[in-house]
Amino acid sequence: MAEKQTPSQTVGPFFAYGLTARQYGYRHPQVADGQISDATADGTAITVVGQVLDGQGVAVGDAMLEIWQADAAGQYPNPSGGGNTGFRGFARVGTGADASQTFRFDTIKPGAVDGRQAPHLNVIVFMRGLLNHCHTRIWFSDEAAANAADPVLASIPEARRGTVIAQRQDTPQGPVYRFDIHMQGDQETVFFDI
Amino acid sequence: MSHRARDWQSHPPAIDAGYKSTALRGPTRPLIPLPQGTATSSGPVYGQDDVRAIDTDLTMNGRTNGEPLGERIIVTGRVLDDAGRPLAGELVEVWQANAAGRYFHDGDQHDAPIDPNFFGGGRSVTDADGVYRFTTIRPAAYPWGNHANAWRPGHIHFSLFGPTIASRLVTQMYFPGDPLLDLDPIFQAVPARARDRLVSRFDIGVTQEAFALGYVFDIVLAGGAETPFEGDR
Ligand SMILES: [Fe+3]
Repeated sequence: MAEKQTPSQTVGPFFAYGLTARQYGYRHPQVADGQISDATADGTAITVVGQVLDGQGVAVGDAMLEIWQADAAGQYPNPSGGGNTGFRGFARVGTGADASQTFRFDTIKPGAVDGRQAPHLNVIVFMRGLLNHCHTRIWFSDEAAANAADPVLASIPEARRGTVIAQRQDTPQGPVYRFDIHMQGDQETVFFDI
Repeated sequence: MSHRARDWQSHPPAIDAGYKSTALRGPTRPLIPLPQGTATSSGPVYGQDDVRAIDTDLTMNGRTNGEPLGERIIVTGRVLDDAGRPLAGELVEVWQANAAGRYFHDGDQHDAPIDPNFFGGGRSVTDADGVYRFTTIRPAAYPWGNHANAWRPGHIHFSLFGPTIASRLVTQMYFPGDPLLDLDPIFQAVPARARDRLVSRFDIGVTQEAFALGYVFDIVLAGGAETPFEGDR
């Protein structure tokens, strides 16, 4: 490598007004919120909710998640534009704007990338006390056949695969997937070296 | 293609004995590498369209009735990938405490004054040479509860995306000669060989006469060694 990487540092406790200003009620621009797509986007509208839990199972109130995903056709947004109208592909949400430290984002169910990978969301987790952000993925409980054929899921020890599968609940508002992120413990979420 | 973008010789551990909050929040199990062919080769793009000129000037974007208090500074630098290529059109987001060491954040209970004319959040986009630039107020140290008489050295929080989600970086910039650096567990958690990369450099050439001191902070993102797939950006 020609240049040495700049070390990572924690996002700290006070990122909210800088990175997620609208969600927390600060008057400052932000690039993204919890709306990955709007009503004009092709695909099945879904909601994902969850908590980030520390090693004692306590919900973390100063965590931030970023989501990056393909659209319903399995295509990641093209930087030069075009593609699926109303679909941004990216979300950024904090856990501290909600009394129960629950994050929520609204999107469409992604398609199969390369026609080969099971539908999934890429997730980056940041918080005070986390010196390096963590990468994980969310797969979906109602995609059992695709999940069984997914090469990344297959690389995860079987006993830990459940930690990266969001559980579908049907509500009058549509499908809601529950995905809790456990930083430690028996249910520690699988994190990837990306 | 199996590629591990983050050079773990340059980054702090998941759990650090000195930084107490890591004990219950840092993952304890080894990271799982992505297998061949599945490395993520895309990421969100935010650039020129998203940033207004005033977003780069933190001495202007939080004013309500006058000038913010404190020492005006200019912070600039180049954003590169680890292959040494400048990253143009790169969004740089910053947030920081004011000249008294207080954040404009509801959760900051430090007994130091809020400045009604300083917000502390800014955004810049790198130019064709990968250069970003902010005008701001030098942030002061502030106390925190990590241990007895714990003070964070003055710092500016930085957030960058880079070309893919593998190049994502959140970090903190420090100031040269700060005696608190030797005592700060967050800074000290970084391997010794890499710490100086987080310390900005005073530069009289960047300094503007009768206006503001200049500091240079270059940022190197992971992922430059990765060969993009055909058709990927
Ligand atoms: Fe800070």
